[in-house]
Amino acid sequence: MIRPALPYLLAAVLAGLGVYGILARRHAVLVLIGVELVLGAAGLLLVTVAQTGAGGDPGAAVLTLFVITIAAAEVVLALAIFLALFRARGHVDLHAELDDRADRADPADRVEGEVGGRA
Amino acid sequence: MSGLDVLLLAVGLLTAGAATLSVTSRQVLHAALWLVVTLGGLAGCYLVLGAELVALVQLLVYVGAVVVLVLFALMLTRAGGVPVVTGVPQRVAAGLVGAGTTVVLGGALLSAFGWGSVAIDGGDSTQVAATIFGTDVWPFELLSVLLLMALVAAVAVARAPVGGQDDPSQRPDPPAEIEAVQGERP
Repeated sequence: MIRPALPYLLAAVLAGLGVYGILARRHAVLVLIGVELVLGAAGLLLVTVAQTGAGGDPGAAVLTLFVITIAAAEVVLALAIFLALFRARGHVDLHAELDDRADRADPADRVEGEVGGRA
Repeated sequence: MSGLDVLLLAVGLLTAGAATLSVTSRQVLHAALWLVVTLGGLAGCYLVLGAELVALVQLLVYVGAVVVLVLFALMLTRAGGVPVVTGVPQRVAAGLVGAGTTVVLGGALLSAFGWGSVAIDGGDSTQVAATIFGTDVWPFELLSVLLLMALVAAVAVARAPVGGQDDPSQRPDPPAEIEAVQGERP
């Protein structure tokens, strides 16, 4: 016996945290981490329904497997786009100006700054 | 509270805590590593709920593949030093929206399903396999095509010239051996 309310609450918390991560981050890969949390919440919801409320129907579990597969494809494409973005703009900051050609006047400075900030 | 409830509470608290850290950490690498803990905890929740197959797939695909991809992207985009969080007003607004999402979702689910205990009666792996290769065989095959298309598209997007801004002077010189290999292609 198990209380389905606990996984439901956890799914709600994960979805809320994912939404916060999507909205509050400006680094593109960290926004993607928020998307992963929302997808994880959806998977937990599906699995909970499959195990407690579906009367033995395995359809929800199969749907969870499909969601995981689609999420993998989505992550691959998103990261490829981030790589293209980084090649075009030199950063993956989603809050930067869209047309930052003025910034790109001397990319050497930016690279120096990044290395300095990392050290 | 039964034993399963206690187990789920423990794993769920671990998952929620790791998720909180992964969306609040100011170090991008730490956030990605907390995402590993979160997804592993989610797989633990699936195990407690009795869905072993989904838990193993979650471990294989998410912790094994997706997180490695995210870590590779973090290394390739050299994000150190770039600010990763937005200003305080946007974070407060994001927190409000996130809390609202949690309250609405949790309230709807709890009011729909209540606090009562139920028995775990999910289908076993045999039924899941019969559904995948029987009823859902066409979506399954379409998903393999989708993965192939995603792979090809990712290579194309990551290598294509971007928006006309990708002039060769901005690009680092490729290593000599790569140029040699590319030169040998017909």
